[in-house]
Amino acid sequence: MIIAERKPLEEIAAMVAPFKRVLVLGCNTCVAVCMAGGQKEAEETAALLRIHRKKENIDGVVEVFSIERQCEFEMVDEVLEKLKGYDVIVSMACGVGVQTMVEHVPSLRVVPGLNTTSMGYPVEQGVWVERCLGCGDCVLHLTMGICPISRCAKSILNGPCGGSAEGKCELGKDVDCAWHLIHERLKAFDRLSDLDEIQPPKDWSTSHHGGNRTTVREDVKIDRG
Amino acid sequence: MIAGSKLEKMLEAGHFVVTGELGPPKGADITEMKHHAEGMKNHVEACNITDNQTAIVRTSSIACGAALVQMGVEPIIQIVTRDRNRICIQSDVLGAQALGIKNILCIAGDHMKFGNEPGSKGVYDIDSIQLLKGLKDLRDEKKFMGGEELDGEVSYFLGAVENPFADPFEFRVDRLEKKIRAGASFIQTQCIFDLDRFEKWMEMVRDRGLHKKIKILGGITPIKSLGAARYMKNNVSGITIPDELIDRLKNAEDKKEEGLKIAIETIERLKEIEGVAGVHVMAIAWEEKVPEIVERAGLYPRPKLD
Repeated sequence: MIIAERKPLEEIAAMVAPFKRVLVLGCNTCVAVCMAGGQKEAEETAALLRIHRKKENIDGVVEVFSIERQCEFEMVDEVLEKLKGYDVIVSMACGVGVQTMVEHVPSLRVVPGLNTTSMGYPVEQGVWVERCLGCGDCVLHLTMGICPISRCAKSILNGPCGGSAEGKCELGKDVDCAWHLIHERLKAFDRLSDLDEIQPPKDWSTSHHGGNRTTVREDVKIDRG
Repeated sequence: MIAGSKLEKMLEAGHFVVTGELGPPKGADITEMKHHAEGMKNHVEACNITDNQTAIVRTSSIACGAALVQMGVEPIIQIVTRDRNRICIQSDVLGAQALGIKNILCIAGDHMKFGNEPGSKGVYDIDSIQLLKGLKDLRDEKKFMGGEELDGEVSYFLGAVENPFADPFEFRVDRLEKKIRAGASFIQTQCIFDLDRFEKWMEMVRDRGLHKKIKILGGITPIKSLGAARYMKNNVSGITIPDELIDRLKNAEDKKEEGLKIAIETIERLKEIEGVAGVHVMAIAWEEKVPEIVERAGLYPRPKLD
C-alpha cells in the first residue's frame, strides 16, 4: 500500500490561510491504514486548523468528511457537488489522490495535506517500511523475494557491497542490508551459486527515468466507437 | 600486457608493488596535492586519485589524474558509480584515456548521506561490478554498454576494491571472483588492521586459485592518533579495528610512531602471505609519511623496470 505522513500543521495552515471555506478531505484506503489521512486523521487535522485559524483571526469555516478513495474518478464524482462548495480542499490522500481530483475536476483548488513517502507495509504498529520503487521490471525472482532496488541504498544488483557489516547497511545500524538478507535466504534454499551470475545493468527506462509512465492495456479498454 | 601502465608492468614482472593515494582538495588549487605526489613519486608505482571520497565535493579525479600524468606520476583514477550514469562514466573514461590515464579503479562509492551534499540525488545507475564489465567490454569488445561500436580503441588497466572485513564473510571471496570475471586485473583491499581475518580471507582466495588470476594489493593506513583509530572503528563503513590495536595505541607514549610501526609491521606480514602482490598505502592527511613507511618496510629503492 501507499505510505504517507501528515505535513506539519503550520505548513497546511499557511496553504489554506488565504481561503474562507476549507474542506479537509480524508481518504479511507491506504492512508487510513497507515494512520495518516483517513476520516479520523482528517477530523484531527480539521480541528487543529480551526484552533489555529481562530488564534490567527482568520474568518471562515473548516469542514471535514472523507471518501473511500480519492484516486478513482467515480468516487470523486459521488461527492462532486459537495466539493464544489469549498474554496480549497486539503486532500488527506497520497499525491495520486490530489492529482486525480485536480485532473478530473479542474475547477477544484486542492492542496496536499500529506507527504507521500513510499510503497510498503507496516511491520509493527507505527512502523511502515518501503518495499517497492515501482521500477517497472521486477527482479524479485532473482533475489528471493527481497527487493534490492528499493531496499539497497545503492540499488545494486550484484551485492552485497563492501559496506555491509553484521547484516546492516553502511547507512546505519538501524538499516538492514537487503543483500545480506538475500544472501541468507539463498543460503537457506541452497541457492548461493545464484549470486555467481553477473547481473547486467538494469534497464531503467521502464522506471520513472524513462519519463512519466502510462500503462495501456488494449485488451481491457472499452471501445466507445 | 593490457594497457602497459607502469603498475601493470610491475605487477606482471612479479615485483611486490606499492601504490599510494591522493585526495584532491576541496578547491581548485591542487598545488599541495602535486607536492604530495612529488614527495611519493619515487616510492610508489602509481597513485590513486579518489573520486569525491566519502561523498564530499572535491576537484575531479580525472582532472587531478591529468595533472599527475604531466608530472610523470602515474595515476590510478577512481570512478564511483554514485554520481554519474553510464553515459557520463563512459564519456569520462574516454576523456581520461585522451589525457593519458591508464589505470582505472571501479567502485560504487560511499552514500551521499556521509558527505557534504546529503540532499543530492544518488545516481547508482550501475554497480561496481557492472562498471567493471562495461569498461572491460568497451576495451576488449569495443562496444559501449548500450551495444554501439566504439570508434577506435581504448586501453586501460582495470582495478576494483574488495573488503575482506565486510559481511557476509564467506561472500567476500565470491565477490572477488565475480569482480575478476567482470574484468578486474588488480584489487586494492580495504585497510587491513585485522590481520587474522585478512589471512583467513587470503587462504580462501588461494584455495580457489584466485590469487593467480588477479593481483591483490593489501590496503595499509597508518593511524595518526588514538582518536583517528576510534573514529575509523566506529564511523567508517567497512573498517574493522581490533581492540588489541586500540589498546596498543592507547598504551604507546608516541602514538604517531606506534601508528607507523603498526603499518610497517602489517606490510612486513603481508609480504610473507602467498598471493599478496603488493600494498596500497592510504595515508590520508599524512601523505608525507609514505616515503618513510615504504623505506622502513624494506621496499625502497623501488625495483626498476627493464
